[in-house]
Amino acid sequence: MPLKAKCKECGADIEIPDDALPGEIVSCPDCGLEYEIVSIQAGKVELKLAEDIGEDWGE
Amino acid sequence: MPDVTIIFDRLRWEEKELFEKGKELGLDINMIDVKSEPRELTNFNKDPQIAEIVLQRTISHYRGLYYSAILENYGYTVINSFITSLLCGNKLLTTLLLAKNGIPTPKTYAAFSMESALKVIDKLGYPAVIKPIVGSWGRMIAKINDKEQAESILETREMLTDPQQQIYYIQEYVKRPPRDIRGIVVNGKVVTAIYRYQPEDDWRTNIARGGKAEQIKIDGELEELMIKASNVVNAKIVGVDAMETDNGYVIHELNNNLEFHGAFQATGMDIAKEIMAFVKELVKN
Repeated sequence: MPLKAKCKECGADIEIPDDALPGEIVSCPDCGLEYEIVSIQAGKVELKLAEDIGEDWGE
Repeated sequence: MPDVTIIFDRLRWEEKELFEKGKELGLDINMIDVKSEPRELTNFNKDPQIAEIVLQRTISHYRGLYYSAILENYGYTVINSFITSLLCGNKLLTTLLLAKNGIPTPKTYAAFSMESALKVIDKLGYPAVIKPIVGSWGRMIAKINDKEQAESILETREMLTDPQQQIYYIQEYVKRPPRDIRGIVVNGKVVTAIYRYQPEDDWRTNIARGGKAEQIKIDGELEELMIKASNVVNAKIVGVDAMETDNGYVIHELNNNLEFHGAFQATGMDIAKEIMAFVKELVKN
Protein backbone atom coordinates (compact mmCIF):
# COMPACT_ATOMS: atom_id res chain seq x y z
CA MET A 1 0.00 0.00 0.00
CA PRO A 2 1.54 3.32 -1.03
CA LEU A 3 1.72 6.03 1.60
CA LYS A 4 -0.94 8.69 1.42
CA ALA A 5 -1.37 12.19 2.82
CA LYS A 6 -4.36 14.51 2.84
CA CYS A 7 -4.27 17.81 0.96
CA LYS A 8 -4.78 20.64 3.44
CA GLU A 9 -6.48 22.72 0.78
CA CYS A 10 -9.04 20.37 -0.72
CA GLY A 11 -8.84 17.19 1.32
CA ALA A 12 -7.91 14.91 -1.59
CA ASP A 13 -5.52 11.98 -1.10
CA ILE A 14 -1.95 12.62 -2.22
CA GLU A 15 -0.14 9.41 -3.05
CA ILE A 16 3.51 9.33 -2.04
CA PRO A 17 5.69 7.33 -4.45
CA ASP A 18 7.64 4.44 -2.91
CA ASP A 19 10.99 5.99 -3.82
CA ALA A 20 10.13 9.48 -2.54
CA LEU A 21 12.69 11.23 -0.35
CA PRO A 22 12.58 14.26 1.95
CA GLY A 23 12.99 17.47 -0.04
CA GLU A 24 11.00 16.14 -2.96
CA ILE A 25 7.86 17.86 -4.22
CA VAL A 26 4.48 16.13 -4.52
CA SER A 27 1.34 17.69 -5.96
CA CYS A 28 -2.28 17.25 -4.99
CA PRO A 29 -3.93 15.41 -7.90
CA ASP A 30 -7.15 17.42 -7.46
CA CYS A 31 -6.21 21.04 -6.76
CA GLY A 32 -2.55 20.98 -7.87
CA LEU A 33 -1.18 22.46 -4.67
CA GLU A 34 2.49 21.55 -4.24
CA TYR A 35 3.96 20.13 -1.06
CA GLU A 36 7.51 19.41 0.00
CA ILE A 37 8.12 16.13 1.82
CA VAL A 38 9.59 16.94 5.23
CA SER A 39 10.06 13.39 6.47
CA ILE A 40 9.01 9.83 5.87
CA GLN A 41 9.22 7.70 8.99
CA ALA A 42 7.53 4.56 10.26
CA GLY A 43 4.93 4.63 7.51
CA LYS A 44 4.09 8.28 8.12
CA VAL A 45 4.78 11.16 5.84
CA GLU A 46 5.03 14.78 6.90
CA LEU A 47 4.40 17.48 4.29
CA LYS A 48 4.70 21.25 4.24
CA LEU A 49 3.60 23.71 1.59
CA ALA A 50 6.29 23.96 -1.11
CA GLU A 51 8.11 27.24 -1.59
CA ASP A 52 7.06 29.49 -4.45
CA ILE A 53 9.47 29.59 -7.38
CA GLY A 54 12.22 32.08 -6.59
CA GLU A 55 13.59 34.67 -8.99
CA ASP A 56 17.02 33.03 -8.66
CA TRP A 57 15.85 29.47 -9.25
CA GLY A 58 17.15 27.28 -12.00
CA GLU A 59 19.86 27.52 -14.58
CA MET B 1 31.92 10.07 7.19
CA PRO B 2 30.33 9.69 3.75
CA ASP B 3 32.41 9.97 0.55
CA VAL B 4 30.26 12.70 -0.96
CA THR B 5 27.63 15.11 0.29
CA ILE B 6 25.02 16.50 -2.07
CA ILE B 7 23.62 19.82 -0.86
CA PHE B 8 20.20 20.78 -2.18
CA ASP B 9 17.10 22.81 -1.39
CA ARG B 10 14.56 21.09 -3.64
CA LEU B 11 15.03 17.47 -4.58
CA ARG B 12 14.58 17.33 -8.35
CA TRP B 13 14.92 14.42 -10.73
CA GLU B 14 18.58 15.39 -11.24
CA GLU B 15 19.56 15.14 -7.57
CA LYS B 16 17.89 11.74 -7.15
CA GLU B 17 19.58 10.52 -10.30
CA LEU B 18 23.00 11.75 -9.11
CA PHE B 19 22.42 10.03 -5.77
CA GLU B 20 21.43 6.73 -7.43
CA LYS B 21 24.26 6.75 -9.97
CA GLY B 22 26.76 7.60 -7.25
CA LYS B 23 25.54 4.64 -5.22
CA GLU B 24 25.90 2.38 -8.27
CA LEU B 25 29.52 3.53 -8.51
CA GLY B 26 30.06 2.46 -4.92
CA LEU B 27 30.01 5.91 -3.35
CA ASP B 28 28.62 6.52 0.11
CA ILE B 29 26.52 9.66 -0.37
CA ASN B 30 24.39 11.71 1.98
CA MET B 31 22.12 14.61 1.15
CA ILE B 32 21.74 17.80 3.10
CA ASP B 33 18.91 20.26 2.68
CA VAL B 34 20.53 23.68 3.12
CA LYS B 35 17.17 25.14 4.17
CA SER B 36 17.30 23.23 7.42
CA GLU B 37 21.05 23.46 8.16
CA PRO B 38 22.27 26.90 9.26
CA ARG B 39 26.05 27.36 9.47
CA GLU B 40 28.22 29.36 11.82
CA LEU B 41 30.42 31.88 10.03
CA THR B 42 32.85 32.50 12.88
CA ASN B 43 33.95 28.98 13.70
CA PHE B 44 35.35 26.58 11.13
CA ASN B 45 35.09 23.23 12.89
CA LYS B 46 34.15 20.66 10.32
CA ASP B 47 30.82 18.88 10.58
CA PRO B 48 31.23 15.07 10.61
CA GLN B 49 28.04 14.67 8.57
CA ILE B 50 29.59 16.54 5.63
CA ALA B 51 31.98 14.70 3.33
CA GLU B 52 35.21 16.29 2.10
CA ILE B 53 33.73 16.43 -1.40
CA VAL B 54 30.49 18.38 -1.68
CA LEU B 55 28.32 18.45 -4.78
CA GLN B 56 26.39 21.72 -4.83
CA ARG B 57 22.92 21.19 -6.30
CA THR B 58 20.59 23.88 -4.98
CA ILE B 59 17.88 25.21 -7.27
CA SER B 60 18.36 28.68 -5.77
CA HIS B 61 21.44 30.47 -7.09
CA TYR B 62 22.03 32.52 -3.97
CA ARG B 63 21.57 29.66 -1.52
CA GLY B 64 24.08 27.60 -3.46
CA LEU B 65 26.48 30.50 -3.85
CA TYR B 66 26.67 31.42 -0.17
CA TYR B 67 26.55 27.88 1.14
CA SER B 68 29.52 27.12 -1.12
CA ALA B 69 31.42 30.11 0.26
CA ILE B 70 30.82 28.89 3.79
CA LEU B 71 31.76 25.26 3.15
CA GLU B 72 34.91 26.25 1.26
CA ASN B 73 35.96 28.36 4.24
CA TYR B 74 35.41 25.32 6.43
CA GLY B 75 37.89 23.52 4.18
CA TYR B 76 35.56 21.41 2.04
CA THR B 77 35.94 20.98 -1.72
CA VAL B 78 32.73 22.19 -3.36
CA ILE B 79 31.82 21.37 -6.95
CA ASN B 80 31.16 23.78 -8.60
CA SER B 81 33.19 26.16 -6.48
CA PHE B 82 31.97 29.44 -5.03
CA ILE B 83 33.94 31.48 -7.55
CA THR B 84 32.65 29.40 -10.48
CA SER B 85 29.07 29.89 -9.28
CA LEU B 86 29.66 33.61 -8.85
CA LEU B 87 31.10 34.02 -12.34
CA CYS B 88 28.61 31.80 -14.16
CA GLY B 89 25.65 33.14 -12.21
CA ASN B 90 26.34 36.68 -13.34
CA LYS B 91 26.03 37.36 -17.07
CA LEU B 92 28.04 40.57 -16.88
CA LEU B 93 31.03 38.78 -15.33
CA THR B 94 30.66 35.77 -17.66
CA THR B 95 30.71 37.98 -20.76
CA LEU B 96 33.76 39.90 -19.54
CA LEU B 97 35.67 36.66 -18.97
CA LEU B 98 34.66 35.04 -22.24
CA ALA B 99 35.68 38.11 -24.25
CA LYS B 100 38.86 38.67 -22.28
CA ASN B 101 39.92 35.09 -23.02
CA GLY B 102 39.27 35.39 -26.74
CA ILE B 103 36.14 33.25 -26.81
CA PRO B 104 33.69 34.58 -29.41
CA THR B 105 30.62 35.95 -27.64
CA PRO B 106 27.84 38.33 -28.73
CA LYS B 107 28.62 42.05 -28.61
CA THR B 108 27.39 43.25 -25.23
CA TYR B 109 27.28 46.47 -23.23
CA ALA B 110 26.50 47.30 -19.63
CA ALA B 111 24.70 50.56 -18.97
CA PHE B 112 24.12 52.14 -15.60
CA SER B 113 21.20 54.45 -16.21
CA MET B 114 18.06 54.29 -18.28
CA GLU B 115 19.25 57.15 -20.50
CA SER B 116 22.58 55.55 -21.32
CA ALA B 117 20.87 52.17 -21.81
CA LEU B 118 18.67 53.76 -24.49
CA LYS B 119 21.73 55.23 -26.19
CA VAL B 120 23.43 51.83 -26.20
CA ILE B 121 20.37 50.12 -27.68
CA ASP B 122 20.14 52.77 -30.39
CA LYS B 123 23.82 52.24 -31.17
CA LEU B 124 23.50 48.44 -31.31
CA GLY B 125 20.40 48.72 -33.49
CA TYR B 126 17.09 46.89 -33.36
CA PRO B 127 16.29 44.23 -32.47
CA ALA B 128 18.49 44.13 -29.37
CA VAL B 129 18.36 41.90 -26.34
CA ILE B 130 18.20 42.91 -22.69
CA LYS B 131 18.83 40.46 -19.89
CA PRO B 132 18.95 40.62 -16.11
CA ILE B 133 22.57 40.12 -14.99
CA VAL B 134 21.46 37.42 -12.54
CA GLY B 135 18.56 35.38 -13.78
CA SER B 136 17.50 31.99 -14.93
CA TRP B 137 15.15 30.00 -17.12
CA GLY B 138 15.10 32.90 -19.56
CA ARG B 139 13.00 35.03 -17.24
CA MET B 140 12.87 38.76 -17.96
CA ILE B 141 15.02 38.35 -21.04
CA ALA B 142 13.49 40.57 -23.69
CA LYS B 143 13.97 41.07 -27.40
CA ILE B 144 13.56 44.78 -28.06
CA ASN B 145 12.21 45.46 -31.52
CA ASP B 146 11.97 49.26 -31.52
CA LYS B 147 12.58 52.38 -29.47
CA GLU B 148 9.07 52.38 -28.03
CA GLN B 149 9.57 48.88 -26.64
CA ALA B 150 12.98 49.85 -25.34
CA GLU B 151 11.52 52.75 -23.39
CA SER B 152 8.70 50.73 -21.89
CA ILE B 153 10.99 47.85 -20.85
CA LEU B 154 13.55 50.21 -19.33
CA GLU B 155 10.84 52.18 -17.52
CA THR B 156 9.52 48.95 -16.03
CA ARG B 157 13.01 47.92 -14.98
CA GLU B 158 13.50 51.33 -13.33
CA MET B 159 10.48 50.66 -11.12
CA LEU B 160 11.77 47.34 -9.78
CA THR B 161 13.14 47.40 -6.27
CA ASP B 162 16.09 45.05 -6.84
CA PRO B 163 19.01 47.42 -7.64
CA GLN B 164 20.52 44.81 -9.95
CA GLN B 165 17.56 45.43 -12.28
CA GLN B 166 19.02 48.88 -12.95
CA ILE B 167 22.28 47.42 -14.24
CA TYR B 168 21.36 47.06 -17.90
CA TYR B 169 22.98 44.18 -19.76
CA ILE B 170 22.33 44.83 -23.42
CA GLN B 171 23.34 42.49 -26.19
CA GLU B 172 23.20 42.45 -29.95
CA TYR B 173 20.47 40.17 -31.27
CA VAL B 174 22.35 37.34 -32.91
CA LYS B 175 20.96 36.10 -36.21
CA ARG B 176 20.82 32.36 -35.79
CA PRO B 177 18.72 29.36 -36.78
CA PRO B 178 15.68 28.86 -34.47
CA ARG B 179 17.85 26.97 -32.02
CA ASP B 180 20.98 27.14 -29.94
CA ILE B 181 23.41 24.45 -28.80
CA ARG B 182 23.88 23.24 -25.24
CA GLY B 183 27.02 21.31 -24.49
CA ILE B 184 27.41 19.53 -21.18
CA VAL B 185 31.01 19.72 -20.07
CA VAL B 186 32.24 17.59 -17.17
CA ASN B 187 35.83 18.08 -16.07
CA GLY B 188 36.97 19.42 -19.41
CA LYS B 189 35.14 16.87 -21.56
CA VAL B 190 31.98 17.47 -23.61
CA VAL B 191 29.90 14.45 -22.57
CA THR B 192 26.95 15.27 -24.78
CA ALA B 193 25.38 18.11 -26.73
CA ILE B 194 21.90 19.03 -27.88
CA TYR B 195 20.15 21.51 -30.11
CA ARG B 196 17.57 23.46 -28.17
CA TYR B 197 14.83 24.51 -30.60
CA GLN B 198 12.77 27.51 -29.62
CA PRO B 199 9.03 26.83 -29.28
CA GLU B 200 6.71 28.30 -31.94
CA ASP B 201 5.52 31.12 -29.71
CA ASP B 202 8.84 32.19 -28.16
CA TRP B 203 12.28 33.24 -29.42
CA ARG B 204 14.01 31.84 -26.32
CA THR B 205 15.28 28.28 -26.38
CA ASN B 206 15.31 27.36 -22.68
CA ILE B 207 13.97 23.85 -22.06
CA ALA B 208 12.16 25.38 -19.06
CA ARG B 209 10.32 27.61 -21.56
CA GLY B 210 9.26 24.72 -23.76
CA GLY B 211 12.40 24.47 -25.92
CA LYS B 212 12.76 21.07 -27.59
CA ALA B 213 15.99 19.12 -27.29
CA GLU B 214 17.60 17.04 -30.04
CA GLN B 215 20.92 15.24 -29.89
CA ILE B 216 23.76 16.47 -32.08
CA LYS B 217 27.34 15.54 -32.68
CA ILE B 218 29.31 18.74 -32.43
CA ASP B 219 32.39 19.46 -34.51
CA GLY B 220 35.91 19.81 -33.16
CA GLU B 221 35.87 23.59 -33.34
CA LEU B 222 32.81 23.92 -31.10
CA GLU B 223 34.04 21.21 -28.77
CA GLU B 224 37.28 23.10 -28.28
CA LEU B 225 35.42 26.37 -27.66
CA MET B 226 33.13 24.76 -25.09
CA ILE B 227 36.02 23.23 -23.19
CA LYS B 228 37.92 26.51 -23.27
CA ALA B 229 34.83 28.34 -21.98
CA SER B 230 34.44 25.89 -19.08
CA ASN B 231 38.10 26.42 -18.19
CA VAL B 232 37.75 30.20 -18.14
CA VAL B 233 35.50 29.93 -15.06
CA ASN B 234 37.13 26.74 -13.79
CA ALA B 235 33.77 24.97 -14.00
CA LYS B 236 33.85 21.22 -13.42
CA ILE B 237 30.20 20.60 -14.30
CA VAL B 238 28.72 23.15 -16.66
CA GLY B 239 26.21 23.70 -19.43
CA VAL B 240 27.81 25.75 -22.18
CA ASP B 241 25.40 27.52 -24.55
CA ALA B 242 26.44 28.39 -28.08
CA MET B 243 24.80 29.88 -31.15
CA GLU B 244 25.54 29.33 -34.82
CA THR B 245 26.11 32.59 -36.69
CA ASP B 246 27.24 33.49 -40.21
CA ASN B 247 30.68 34.16 -38.74
CA GLY B 248 31.00 30.94 -36.76
CA TYR B 249 30.04 29.98 -33.24
CA VAL B 250 29.51 32.31 -30.32
CA ILE B 251 29.29 31.24 -26.68
CA HIS B 252 26.68 33.23 -24.80
CA GLU B 253 26.07 31.54 -21.46
CA LEU B 254 27.67 29.24 -18.90
CA ASN B 255 25.35 27.38 -16.51
CA ASN B 256 26.93 26.17 -13.30
CA ASN B 257 23.57 25.09 -11.91
CA LEU B 258 23.17 22.44 -14.59
CA GLU B 259 19.77 20.91 -15.32
CA PHE B 260 20.13 17.86 -17.52
CA HIS B 261 16.81 16.03 -17.57
CA GLY B 262 15.97 17.38 -21.04
CA ALA B 263 19.40 16.50 -22.44
CA PHE B 264 19.17 13.02 -20.94
CA GLN B 265 15.75 12.43 -22.51
CA ALA B 266 16.98 13.63 -25.91
CA THR B 267 20.30 11.79 -25.98
CA GLY B 268 19.98 8.83 -23.63
CA MET B 269 23.45 9.78 -22.39
CA ASP B 270 23.85 8.87 -18.74
CA ILE B 271 24.92 12.37 -17.70
CA ALA B 272 24.43 11.68 -13.99
CA LYS B 273 26.82 8.74 -14.22
CA GLU B 274 29.42 10.84 -16.04
CA ILE B 275 29.18 13.46 -13.31
CA MET B 276 29.41 10.96 -10.48
CA ALA B 277 32.33 9.13 -12.12
CA PHE B 278 34.20 12.45 -12.09
CA VAL B 279 33.19 13.05 -8.46
CA LYS B 280 34.49 9.56 -7.62
CA GLU B 281 37.88 10.51 -9.04
CA LEU B 282 37.98 13.44 -6.62
CA VAL B 283 37.13 11.15 -3.71
CA LYS B 284 39.97 8.80 -4.62
CA ASN B 285 42.45 11.65 -4.74
